[in-house]
Amino acid sequence: MKQLFSYFKPYKWQSLLGPLFKLLEATFELLVPFVVGLIVDRGLGQNVGGAYPYADKGYIVKMFFILVAFGVLGFVFAVAAQYFAARTATGVSAGIRKDLFKKVQSLSFKDIDRLGASTLLTRMTSDVDRFQSGVNLALRLFLRSPFIVFGAMITACIIDPRSFGVFAVAIVALAIVVYAVMLACMPLYKKTQDKLDKVLLSTRENLTGARVVRAFCLEDEERAIFHARNEELTKGKKFAGGIAAITNPLTYVLVNAAIVVLLWTGAIRVDGGSLSQGNIVALYNLMGQILVELIKLANLIVTVTKAAACGSRISTVLSMQPSLQTVADTEGKQTDAFVAFEGVSVQYNDEADAALEDIRFTVSRGETVGVIGGTGSGKTTLVNLIPHFYDTKAGRVCVGGRDVREEGMQNYLRERVGVAEQKATLFKGTVRENLLWGKADATDEELMRAARIAQAEEFILQKGGLDAVVEQGGKNFSGGQKQRLIVARALVRDPDILILDDSSSALDYATDAALRRELRKLETTTFIVSQRASSVMHADKIIVLDDGKAVGIGTHEELMRSCEVYKEIYFSQYESGKKGGAA
Amino acid sequence: MSTPKTNKNDKGVLKRVLKYVGKYPVSLIGSLVFALLTVAATLYIPVLFGDAIDCIVGEGRVDFVGLKSVFVKAAVTALVAALAQWLTSLCNNRISCNVVRDLRADAFEKLGKLPLQYIDTHGHGDTVSRVVADADQFSDGLLMGFTQFFTGITTILGTIAFMLITNAKIGLVVVLLTPASLLVARFVSTHTHKFFVEQTVTRGEQTAFVEEAISGLKTTQAFAHERENEKKFEEMNARLERASLKATFYSSLTNPSTRFINNLVYAAVAIIGAFDVATGGVFTVGGLTKFLSYANQYTKPFNEISGVITELKGAFTCAARIFELIDETEETSDEENETLVGVEGNICLEKVDFSYTKERKLIEGLSLTVQRGQRVAIVGRTGSGKTTLINLLMRFYDVDGGAVRLEGRDIRTITRKSLRESYGMVLQDTWLKNGTVRENIKMGRPSASDEEMIAAAKAAHAHGFIKRMEKGYDTVLGESGVLSEGQKQLLCITRVMLALPPMLILDEATSSIDTRTERKIGDAFDALMEGRTTFIVAHRLSTIVHADVILVMEKGRVVEQGKHAELLQKGGAYAALYNGQFA
Repeated sequence: MKQLFSYFKPYKWQSLLGPLFKLLEATFELLVPFVVGLIVDRGLGQNVGGAYPYADKGYIVKMFFILVAFGVLGFVFAVAAQYFAARTATGVSAGIRKDLFKKVQSLSFKDIDRLGASTLLTRMTSDVDRFQSGVNLALRLFLRSPFIVFGAMITACIIDPRSFGVFAVAIVALAIVVYAVMLACMPLYKKTQDKLDKVLLSTRENLTGARVVRAFCLEDEERAIFHARNEELTKGKKFAGGIAAITNPLTYVLVNAAIVVLLWTGAIRVDGGSLSQGNIVALYNLMGQILVELIKLANLIVTVTKAAACGSRISTVLSMQPSLQTVADTEGKQTDAFVAFEGVSVQYNDEADAALEDIRFTVSRGETVGVIGGTGSGKTTLVNLIPHFYDTKAGRVCVGGRDVREEGMQNYLRERVGVAEQKATLFKGTVRENLLWGKADATDEELMRAARIAQAEEFILQKGGLDAVVEQGGKNFSGGQKQRLIVARALVRDPDILILDDSSSALDYATDAALRRELRKLETTTFIVSQRASSVMHADKIIVLDDGKAVGIGTHEELMRSCEVYKEIYFSQYESGKKGGAA
Repeated sequence: MSTPKTNKNDKGVLKRVLKYVGKYPVSLIGSLVFALLTVAATLYIPVLFGDAIDCIVGEGRVDFVGLKSVFVKAAVTALVAALAQWLTSLCNNRISCNVVRDLRADAFEKLGKLPLQYIDTHGHGDTVSRVVADADQFSDGLLMGFTQFFTGITTILGTIAFMLITNAKIGLVVVLLTPASLLVARFVSTHTHKFFVEQTVTRGEQTAFVEEAISGLKTTQAFAHERENEKKFEEMNARLERASLKATFYSSLTNPSTRFINNLVYAAVAIIGAFDVATGGVFTVGGLTKFLSYANQYTKPFNEISGVITELKGAFTCAARIFELIDETEETSDEENETLVGVEGNICLEKVDFSYTKERKLIEGLSLTVQRGQRVAIVGRTGSGKTTLINLLMRFYDVDGGAVRLEGRDIRTITRKSLRESYGMVLQDTWLKNGTVRENIKMGRPSASDEEMIAAAKAAHAHGFIKRMEKGYDTVLGESGVLSEGQKQLLCITRVMLALPPMLILDEATSSIDTRTERKIGDAFDALMEGRTTFIVAHRLSTIVHADVILVMEKGRVVEQGKHAELLQKGGAYAALYNGQFA
């Protein structure tokens, strides 16, 4: 929670001025009864048998204008206070959102998985919104309430020092009530927000999985799940609301009890002659003022407590540490090979089996490396180590002779490695915008050249060229078109290392072959991950993975002689050809 | 100035909100009755304490007996007030929670009925923001409205009555002047409306962007595109901040401005009253003081109500966005349609025309007859419309012309449920829900036993890796999941193997599965397809060779139709594709 306070720093003045102007406004409010008192005492003058022969009409008119002036001043101060409060609240929440977004982008995929995308989404939207309204209200009222409460108490002490005890006890009791309710509600509100996450999850799933849900006629089940979660949320909200609603009645009873005590003890002293009736009236009014203020405060407490609950959820995200390691820079080359895997092992978590085990190989600049193996054999994990998406458990990965974990390497890797991922992601915008991801300052010629290599030129032109619209997630492109756009995106930057992670799985053989032909003309160090022997067989080096172990490394011919797994893969794809004539 | 149109819309929204609220008449009446009771009790208490003060006249003149009886009354009244207040809050809380729950439920129900076209073309984040954030803000606004509206209005009525009884002339002045503050409140709220709209719209936009950013995080990191994303986010964030500042600030002007008006009224009452007293009118000083304090009390709820009006405006803006979603045109209802039973798998396409957008024709005059048990392979270059055909078969989209018939019945005349239940679908784009492996597999047939499930998993060769997962079949799969694409596909295949529907759609069902595994599950697949009408979209020609009908698609049209040998002999598009495999 503490770190959220730092967001107030840029709004130091505003967050001070807001409450300050509010106090000024309150002061003018408190002065009004005095002026009215003056109208009565001095404007009307002495009461002579129910008439006021000395009434000073000029004075009364003067006081009227003073009241109007107070009104104007109060208005100006209030507007200023509202402005500064709103400025601070919106500014602070904008700052928080900005950092949240930055943080989310810096998290590793594993981190996001652990937390869940939907909760990140609620935290960035609903939680920040609630925090904002909490701050806004707090700045407007939080200082004002104690000011009036203590102000009333001090005034009471001036009128009658012995009433201090009653006031002090009442205020302490009230503080305890307010604090206790707040303490009780905070975890409840937090739970409510967690339940909101679940509702969001349901909603999102039914959008992303609409096809599958409908294909399996699961609408009813999904509806039932949603309704159950919605009901849970509602229950939680009702409960939290019910507890929070206790504040007001409880403070009401307390204040009235205090008034009874005040009047009773006062009555005894009036009877004894040590206090006047007028004093009693004043004390009673002061207690009343405290009540009015506390009712306002109680309404505020709910909002502030909710805001605090949301704030702590926001803090959790902000204080997450990205799980990727870095090591200190070591100058100079450590190995000669361009890419080197030195006894690399990877394990996603402690319970799971190793995803990769003791992988060793080197690649020279310009070579093409094929990575082949069964489903779940660790192919993607292997290539993801090159741009340092994951950490190794043992061993190290070097690019250009330097450990990828070195701090200085991050920029190089993220700029000079082109990755076309397995699960293609395109972003809302135009084809041009998507391709420019590869290189922000690329010219249209460069973009089209990359598209040509990626076999994407034809359909891009068909869709209306580089300005063709890409819908969210690239929904208006087919799977194969997306893959080719993604390959093009990786190629735009003319990378030192190109990684194609199963990038042609949705391509027909003819397109796939054409793509490979074009790629062969480039001099880029290329990693091709594929299930198809035909995609990797012409590579300079093929790595065969089986259950996380490299069971064969070599050329197609070598592997056909020595590697059982490779042979099996090859024949599984070409055998039918032998029979049916496809080969 | 707000246009008449938005006013009308506002009324429409209000009407609909009231309809939702009207569903809880007991709580509504409860809220009203308890609010009345609260106000009556809270207005009565000062009278009692006034009596008490009258008992404390001066030294030796204190009526302790009278005091005691007054205190007893006060205690009872305070307790009644507190209880009534708490019950009012509970009722209000119940209403607002239930209304939002219902609203969310309706919105979610809508999601299930929207045509896929809507889901495919609208940002998921924006829709999510409507169901989650907007509903939340609406709930808050509604609660606040209820809490303060009733008590506010009843307080006003109560004090008006009191003032008119005490002094009709000045009472009338107050009653006539205060509407000015309502006018001001109205003026402010109509002018802030557009800022609220701007705020919610920008927020929806931002949510959509964040959603996309999270789902495409890996790509972002791979391309070191964080900075650019941040820039885009910051631009949106700044816009949201501005809109939010305006909405917050301008709406918070209501309170100071109405208070300003009220202060003027107060001053007016003071001067008129004072002159009245001075010129020997009906007032006494005590009467004036009491009157002023009531005038003050009377204006306070006005402040609150005007504040609530702005708050409600914001809430209604959110509600309008939810209603907008609820009002989207639904898929044509199929309630009247018959449930088709005894599906054998005879499908017929008659001169089908279809396109996603009016500007570009896609499928034109496609005819095709498929008999029970036949295997239809759909081949073609990427993006040639293969997936479109499936969209039509499963009626994710409706044809523009012609008809799709199942067992001779136009599929538009049978229920979607009975149509879709007769298909088993494995798509290239896998989707697993957030739940356990077991839940995901049993999706197609929830009644299946564990033995059947395991048998299906074994047949699909998924049992092995499932067993290796942390908790086996009870492992919870995250939204993005830790499974590879291939593993996900194996789970989807298991799903179908368990469901055993009469017809199958395999859209690149094995694109991410390695060929060794593919071959291993081949026999199970063959057994599954036996006697079942199957549509296979594949690029691996080896899986297509044995199909009964091969459809060759090009640019949305079926250009060739026939068996493997025939087509090969023909030397057309199919032959070209086939030979291209080894180009």
